Amino acid sequence: MDSEASDFPRGALRPRRKNMLSIHFTQLMQTLPFFLKGLWGTIAISGLSLLAGTLVGLIMGIIRASRYKILRMVIGAWVDLIRGTPFLVQIFIVFFILPEVGIQLEAFPAAVIALSNLSACFICEIIAGGILAIPSGQREAATASGLSSYQQLRYVILPQALRLILPPLVGQYVLLIKDSSVVSAIGVLDVTRVGWLTVQRVPEGLLVFGLVGVLYFVICYPLIQLSNSLEKRLTVVTTRL
Amino acid sequence: MLETFNFRVILEYLPLYWKCLLATLWLSGAGLLGALVVGVVACAMRISRSKLVSKGAGIYIESIRSTPLLAQLYFFYFGLPSLGIPMSEEATGVLALTLNSGAYMAEILRAGVQSISYGQIEAAMSSGLSYLQRMRHIVLPQAVGVTLPPLLGQAIVLFKDSALLSLISIMELTRAGQIMTSERFMPAEGFLTTAVFYLLIYYVLKGISGWTQKRLIFREAR
Repeated sequence: MDSEASDFPRGALRPRRKNMLSIHFTQLMQTLPFFLKGLWGTIAISGLSLLAGTLVGLIMGIIRASRYKILRMVIGAWVDLIRGTPFLVQIFIVFFILPEVGIQLEAFPAAVIALSNLSACFICEIIAGGILAIPSGQREAATASGLSSYQQLRYVILPQALRLILPPLVGQYVLLIKDSSVVSAIGVLDVTRVGWLTVQRVPEGLLVFGLVGVLYFVICYPLIQLSNSLEKRLTVVTTRL
Repeated sequence: MLETFNFRVILEYLPLYWKCLLATLWLSGAGLLGALVVGVVACAMRISRSKLVSKGAGIYIESIRSTPLLAQLYFFYFGLPSLGIPMSEEATGVLALTLNSGAYMAEILRAGVQSISYGQIEAAMSSGLSYLQRMRHIVLPQAVGVTLPPLLGQAIVLFKDSALLSLISIMELTRAGQIMTSERFMPAEGFLTTAVFYLLIYYVLKGISGWTQKRLIFREAR
């Protein structure tokens, strides 16, 4: 394609290209089931990582905002390590290095582990930030009322912190879905991987990755809107209080 | 694993890593400069009074923010040649980084501009300040305080995202790890060394970010 384009002036190429484009378009439409399979892969990986990441991130965040200094530092250091390296490198480490210490992993579980770990670290920071933003008077009042530390967290701190946590949390889910495209690098069949495989047979990158982009857009755009509207609604509540 | 960890091989590959570190730095540096320019232009278009211009910038920003960088990278990498635009891998990579980060920067800048209440500008107008004076003394000093921390955060994201360029076979840090894995079959040594280099840059950038934040707070207090 490349040499062809440089040998001929663009005008001379155009009628043939238009013809090819329609052929490629029908070819692409025939591979649509394949794309749906990839879409399912993306949804499965991000869904599983979202659940695991939120759960682990919640626990890590609560510890990070607690008074146990050593635990706090350990989690902080781990979060920094994860935030300081690209996700691609992390996934290579999980996929290629864990087998060397005797943990044999398929591509799919490796992807889920790496992605859950990444999102847990980001969610941990969001949750810790939300908890620490609650004025200490609230906790003192709860202690004075005789609530146990679990009750304080459950009935006083978390319900208030949720207002601060929810909008960035949904934003984090969008990032997670987008980051899941990177797992295609180790051969997990997701939308990006399907696009990469298809473009080898249908040499029309704009069309193929345009379709890939549309599929991601359909999932991510509503979530971004949700995050924005949550932010607006929840700040209104804050000013009213 | 650790008892067989081969430091000699890492030493042998260190010149390659050094070269790749410089490549990562210049690729993300070029992307950052481009993204700032694109971000300023897209932000100006987004807040323009013309509906059409604002809508156009909105479509650009939203479509970038709703799709992964990797898909955008492949879109340009496989798409531009089929349009008859030959581009080197490096140029494609920098283009993708630029357009991707540009959209996020536009949003950050827009939030900064909109954080300044219109009353401030009205007050400056009624004090008889010209447009440039208003910008220089009223708007920008306040906007910088709001936008600089997230801009630096975006710069860190951009530099980490540059790892994806290894997937279109550009020589940079992650690629060095891949090369070491395929030539010597030593993924542990290769990718952990890569990670260490990324961490080094990350801590430097984080330090800069923390320092500016402290300075900003200090200035506000003054």
